[in-house]
Amino acid sequence: MNYSATIGLEVHVQLATRTKMFCACNTDFGSPPNTHVCPVCLGYPGALPVINEEAVRLTVMTGLMLGSEINPFSKFDRKNYFYPDMPKNYQISQYYRPLCIGGAVAIEANGVAKTIPLTRIHLEEDVAKNMHVRNASSIDFNRAGHPLMEVVTEPELDSSEEAFAFLQALKQILLYGGISPCNLEEGNLRCDVNCSVRPAGQPALGVKTEIKNLNTFKGVFQSLQYEIKRQIAVLESGGTIVQETRRWETETGITESMRSKEAAHDYRYFPDPDLMPVVLSSEQIECWKALLPELPRQRCDRLVRQYSIPPYDARVLSADKAMADYFEEACRYYASSQATRSAHAVAPSAAAGDEKLAKTGPKAISNWLMTEMLRLLSEKGIDIDQAAIRPKALAELVRLAEAQVVNSNTAKDVFAALFEQGGDPELWVKQKGLVQVSDAGAIEAMVEKAMADHPGSVADFRAGKSAALQFLVGQVMRASKGKAHPQRVQELLKKKLTTTAN
Amino acid sequence: MSEWNQLTVHQCRELLERGTCSSRQLVENLIEVIHALEPNLGAYLSVDEEQALRQADAADALRRQGKTARLLGIPIAVKDVINVAGQPCTCASRILEGYRSPYDATAIARLRAEGAVFLGRTNMDEFAMGSTTENSAFHITRNPWNRECVPGGSSGGSGAAVAADEAIAALGTDTGGSVRLPASFCGCVGLKPSYGRVSRYGLTAFASSLDQIGPMTKDVRDAAILLGIMAGHDSRDSTSVAAPVPDYQAALQRDLSGMKLGLPREYFIQGLDPDVEAGVQEAIRQCERLGARIVDVSLPMTPHAVAAYYIIASAEASANLARFDGVRYGLRVKDAVDPMDMYQRTRAMGFGPEVKRRIILGTYVLSSGYHDAYYLNAQKVRTLIRRDLEQAFQACDVLLTPVAPTAAYRIGEKSQNPLQMYLGDIFAVPASLAGMCALSVPCGFTSHRLPIGLQVIGPAFCEERILRAGYAYEQTTAWHRQKPPVMAPELHLTDKNDNEL
Repeated sequence: MNYSATIGLEVHVQLATRTKMFCACNTDFGSPPNTHVCPVCLGYPGALPVINEEAVRLTVMTGLMLGSEINPFSKFDRKNYFYPDMPKNYQISQYYRPLCIGGAVAIEANGVAKTIPLTRIHLEEDVAKNMHVRNASSIDFNRAGHPLMEVVTEPELDSSEEAFAFLQALKQILLYGGISPCNLEEGNLRCDVNCSVRPAGQPALGVKTEIKNLNTFKGVFQSLQYEIKRQIAVLESGGTIVQETRRWETETGITESMRSKEAAHDYRYFPDPDLMPVVLSSEQIECWKALLPELPRQRCDRLVRQYSIPPYDARVLSADKAMADYFEEACRYYASSQATRSAHAVAPSAAAGDEKLAKTGPKAISNWLMTEMLRLLSEKGIDIDQAAIRPKALAELVRLAEAQVVNSNTAKDVFAALFEQGGDPELWVKQKGLVQVSDAGAIEAMVEKAMADHPGSVADFRAGKSAALQFLVGQVMRASKGKAHPQRVQELLKKKLTTTAN
Repeated sequence: MSEWNQLTVHQCRELLERGTCSSRQLVENLIEVIHALEPNLGAYLSVDEEQALRQADAADALRRQGKTARLLGIPIAVKDVINVAGQPCTCASRILEGYRSPYDATAIARLRAEGAVFLGRTNMDEFAMGSTTENSAFHITRNPWNRECVPGGSSGGSGAAVAADEAIAALGTDTGGSVRLPASFCGCVGLKPSYGRVSRYGLTAFASSLDQIGPMTKDVRDAAILLGIMAGHDSRDSTSVAAPVPDYQAALQRDLSGMKLGLPREYFIQGLDPDVEAGVQEAIRQCERLGARIVDVSLPMTPHAVAAYYIIASAEASANLARFDGVRYGLRVKDAVDPMDMYQRTRAMGFGPEVKRRIILGTYVLSSGYHDAYYLNAQKVRTLIRRDLEQAFQACDVLLTPVAPTAAYRIGEKSQNPLQMYLGDIFAVPASLAGMCALSVPCGFTSHRLPIGLQVIGPAFCEERILRAGYAYEQTTAWHRQKPPVMAPELHLTDKNDNEL
């Protein structure tokens, strides 16, 4: 039987505020335990919360970016449950009247574009971090009270691929808006997943399970793949799904039951009497709307306009804010170096070697990013910010290639080296003696030697086997240790082979 | 022995400024009296003699340098639920035994900035839950007028300390009458400010939407002085209100001409103690003689106030008291096997029966399936009660009522019957639920020579009105100058200079 899956996500986003949600403590990550704490975030008797207005602004900005309806009157509620990471044993959250209602995120998964509607976006406080050492536990309250925005989707995702695509798209929008650093290693983005399956065509949804506290996108993807398979297997074997909360075990790659529906918390929500409602005037909302940053889609259009790159390139580059930032920075360096370098520049010639990397200007930069950069990043599993080759170096490398100081194959090697080590491409090329040999005399000597060494190939070519030309080009390139200008070599060989024949 | 201890705040200030006495003498005198009376009274949970004397010396030194401040060198007793940096704040609970505050409450910081000396911590019902101070985990407090009787609660220690001249003035907290009731039972003045008038930052929360810190003093002028210092917006308490703080002392006038005093007919009902009723009726006649007009008003929602109050206050308390879990401070049982075991045993051991009763009640009324029937309906009743009062204030400036249906009763008399005790809050809780201000002023004695309290209720942020009414009444009666029998003889000082201060 065929099954369809239904998935809803609750994404917790740590906001990029300087101070905590309800007190003036610093939100820096990685400080020694319990150094950013005060009576408020430790839940001391008598301490009271005060709303961080910047956190409200960032949440509303997110809502505006995602097309949510902004609640002009929202409130904070207490969510009651006991856990050692909760200083007050209630979490201040928004239940009855969240800041944002509705909205949507556009995604593309398996080549299909789709819009995922949101239920709500609300604001709450993060909890502390529990650490277990042998038979004792300790708690670091530095994280307790960090502003946490929760983005809740409607259950309209159909696959783990869509869930993954949703998270990536959301992350980009949050990065574009400066809402959160979205650093997964630092726990800026964490996700709860709701998932059910049902026989294809059955209108009623199946019984759902919830997988809690996934802190990587990969974890969301893998746990959903596992959970969907598990649920189908249960149904196939005639069993029923139990509504429960499950835990994803990264090591074993399976989900395990944490607690059943019967053991579910009754959170006893009620309005927090310590806080006043958040009242946002339409003027205030309009004012924030006017300050909305450029979003991926708008940037895509602008890249096409401003840099004359193809829409496909613009879409790939703008999908990742850091990538688009890198591209634009490289273009700026490229443009500013134009004047100084034009004196030495050799007129760009027609394509030779790798056609893509032989383009000029922004298109060349785009090609480098979309091919070599993406390939190396994914090989190393790092982000573009971590690549040692900086935008300025890439711009210079493009210049060197254009000026035919290096040929395109050498440029690739230089790129790979600088990707690892960083540095100035021109200096690198000089130190390693990689400057392209364009000197006609030197090339001619090598061409003649190759023809003399391989009379069979010469004869083959003249007999009409054009493939023999490539072999001879290869011999010359090898003799030059890759530095010969491949196009010139080819031109010269052709000329010599044909003219001598005549 | 000198009787500096019998002074009011404004009298202290005058004598200190004249150099008649020093702050050290004042504090030493009080400590002496505390030593003498405490074994029979139990008003204090702790007295920090050393720190109080240090603060007194510092105040005296400042005064010698020509510095002055409104409370410079004047000792104040503080209910053990308000945080004072470095001092205990047990809330009369085992769960906070040994705990010391790391910070000053805003009200304390403001009093400190005016030079106040923090003498000690007064007894109370555990976490301010109770009407008699019998719910203290440590000891009971006796009523200075009759040691077999309760002092009222929950600020019973503050009421008894002020009435017995163990303090110049004290701070109490009022959630549903906890300042007014002990003021009434002990024969002193107690003021519950409008909700939002005084910052709650540093007041250990019982019911956050109701709690207010209020002065408990020997006369109305002192209440005006202390309120004037503590009141005003605090950026640390979002529920504190930015309304300007008027000069409350300027509101103290000796006549009531032009004032309309409302008598809510639902407050003069069966069950009201005849002596209490007589005392209040006589006070009403006195106010008429001072030029006030008496109008009859109705507060029809009154019978529902106690039920709504206990639902809302307990609901909030169930969350507010969740933080006492043994994790970060206070009591923690040994050898817990897991966090849940630690919570359960720590809280079972640390909380007394009344606190547990209210946590259970509050948890119940917020539970899924009961939330709407109890908590939500109670909130609706609360709105109706506020409308009742707002409507009444269309017809009058302030309301005059008894503080409680009875005067102080015997220790143990109601402690086995919580519902009966809750009903004693009937006249106090409407003003609390409506966020309005109210004052308790001594207005006579029962045939058993127990004090009776007159309650003056005013609209929110109209403290001047209740102070004016209370002051005019007080100044033409001598009830507030009466001293309980166990105490020192009459003080020779008079407050004839009141208006010049």
